[in-house]
Amino acid sequence: MTTVLFIVFGGMALVSALLAVTRQNPIASAIWLVGMFFGLAGVYVVLEAYFVAAVQVLVYAGAIMVLFLFVIMLLDLRTKQLDEEGPPKMPIWGVLAAVLFIVASGWALMDAVGTPGFFPDAEERAALELDGSAKAIGADLFGRWLLAFEVTSILLLGGILGAVILTKRRLT
Amino acid sequence: MMGVLGTAQLGMAPIVAHIFSKNDDGSASFGWVIGRILVVLLMVHVILILGALMVWAERRVSAWMQDRIGPNRVGPQGLLQPLADLGKFMFKEDVIPGHVNKVMYTIAPLIATIPALITFAVVPFTGSYETVGGESVAVSWQIADLNIGVLYILAIAGIGVYGIALGGWASNSKYSLLGGVRASAQMISYELSLGLAVVPVVLMAGSLNLGEIIAYQAENTWLIFTQPLAFFIFLTASYAETNRLPFDMPESETELVAGYHTEFSSMKFALFFLAEYANMTVAAALVTTLYLGGWTFFGLETLGWGMGVLIFSLKVIFFLFAFIWVRWTIPRFRYDQLMNLGWVVFLPLTLINVVLTAGAIALDQTWMFFLLPVLLIAAACVATWIGWKRDEDKFQPLPTAPAAGEEGHA
Amino acid sequence: MTVTVKPVRRRKASFLDRLYLPAIAKGLSITFMRMFKPKVTMQFPEERWTVRDEYRGMPVLVSDDEGRPKCVACSLCEFVCPPKAIFIVPDELEAGNNVERGPAVFDLNMLRCIYCGLCEEACPEEAIFMSKNYLVWGAEREDMIFHKDKLYELGGVREEGVKKWKDK
Repeated sequence: MTTVLFIVFGGMALVSALLAVTRQNPIASAIWLVGMFFGLAGVYVVLEAYFVAAVQVLVYAGAIMVLFLFVIMLLDLRTKQLDEEGPPKMPIWGVLAAVLFIVASGWALMDAVGTPGFFPDAEERAALELDGSAKAIGADLFGRWLLAFEVTSILLLGGILGAVILTKRRLT
Repeated sequence: MMGVLGTAQLGMAPIVAHIFSKNDDGSASFGWVIGRILVVLLMVHVILILGALMVWAERRVSAWMQDRIGPNRVGPQGLLQPLADLGKFMFKEDVIPGHVNKVMYTIAPLIATIPALITFAVVPFTGSYETVGGESVAVSWQIADLNIGVLYILAIAGIGVYGIALGGWASNSKYSLLGGVRASAQMISYELSLGLAVVPVVLMAGSLNLGEIIAYQAENTWLIFTQPLAFFIFLTASYAETNRLPFDMPESETELVAGYHTEFSSMKFALFFLAEYANMTVAAALVTTLYLGGWTFFGLETLGWGMGVLIFSLKVIFFLFAFIWVRWTIPRFRYDQLMNLGWVVFLPLTLINVVLTAGAIALDQTWMFFLLPVLLIAAACVATWIGWKRDEDKFQPLPTAPAAGEEGHA
Repeated sequence: MTVTVKPVRRRKASFLDRLYLPAIAKGLSITFMRMFKPKVTMQFPEERWTVRDEYRGMPVLVSDDEGRPKCVACSLCEFVCPPKAIFIVPDELEAGNNVERGPAVFDLNMLRCIYCGLCEEACPEEAIFMSKNYLVWGAEREDMIFHKDKLYELGGVREEGVKKWKDK
């Protein structure tokens, strides 16, 4: 049952993601991306991470994609305009970024697989109290991974500041 | 576990109860599954009928408030008016304009309606007291006992806006698009305050489970007394979330014809309507559960689960009435006022609220819970006073009006 | 073009005004109390308003106090009618009647009538009057053309006014 649900939701996420990047219409793309988030949330539910699943839907599908949709609607991108622009001018940077991402995430994954408790069985999960509850995630996030969490916050703050500087033509 | 509502608890004969109960080893039997499906169907129909009655109530109450009588011809007191409306919607021509995006135009009403209906799965509508470990604990009954009930409702309710935004976009009409854009912007602005207003509740109850929040309130006091500011902001934000006056910018019929559903007709239009009323019911149920103790009422709920249903319904009906009441009292906000209220007023206030509440809990100073309301209201007043000081020059009386004939020219 | 600017004196918003809440509470109490005030709606088919004598409803033909038709088919109303809602075919009446003429056909098209009352003013015999009837309806266009018999039926007997041919 779990495997079937995992395949259903995982497949849903994969197909939606594929459709999201291949659609010509930006709105359709955004909607398929929402479908992808739902598939991902379903996968989390199968993994018994209910809190993460709910937050996934709440934050990404409920807030961030609404914001995306809002911006796309305001910009009124037409598929025709996108066609005229043609393919990206410098695909080399895209390829470079993709390779960098794959190498980095692969490295991290390979590194983590070796550590004990990466694939916890039922007993180990019970010992770690990994019940997917808000409490467990909060304790982990603000205890073990506090530094990473704060660094991420600073990274996001930098992003916000960058956006403000880019949009404000002249800072007074 | 009474949180699992089989038909057994509905007071049926033991033989029927046996058919609908789980197997002896606790696994799901066929009868149990059927029973659950029946309960789900019952709940969905309750919401649908409640939505229909809300249409009637809206028309009657608005009529009373305007010295009119309102629909009173179809059935006793006009109660069958929704049926007549439904018949009209069913037999109206389902016009799909030539300029719309057909796929999204068709699914948009569904996207708006389905989240509104499925949020009810975790709302506890009644319950009973049970002895758990020697202590009497209020145990709520709901369709699905979810540990993250609050987040579930907030997450699913946030999806409903896609129906509105997509409906507006797919209609390919200026009014609809403006309505859809406004809906999405308003949603983002108020979902933040809504979520942050719930945080103190979760902090004090120590759980995201709606049943446990009610149990906390039954044991201590209703959270409206300790968190009045959060209650008020949650209530106001829920008006914005359900697109009701004074925040009905996506619809605002005086400027946008009918907003996002301008181009919709027949049952598609009716579905948007249904979604709005179902969302209102969810919001009312959520306010009741989070701040007003759900199905509890100072010990009256001990009379039985039927009393719990009655108490819960009465509270929900009061808030549904409040939705209508406010609609016919407060005029619509201007768009910038709406954004100002959301980002400049509510967001800082909710943040202060969260910090104060978390501080009181972290210091384990429970006596502060009685001081908190005063502190929070004081914070709100100080914030208003700062805003008043800041804007003071805007309200300075102008120099005495020049005499007639000397009026300035520009 | 000069634009006249008229300075509007605004009262300075007080602290309570800025809180908005007192105003909202006041508004809510007003709307709540309104719910129990007497209603002004009139339940139409059962309740009717009193129609004043000056009211210009549908034009009808009247009979005199002896039940004799007053119209002599002079066609003045047909002539004066602005939307041409009246159609008359005059006819000679057989001996023994009080008058020598009368309408063979008197059609009043209520789809055209504008309730101006000129027919009533023009009539030398005071045979056509604006009634108080405001409920004019028909399921088809034909129903909205009122014939002579119906018009007399609706008009009934009207005793006041001139009775030129009373003794004849």
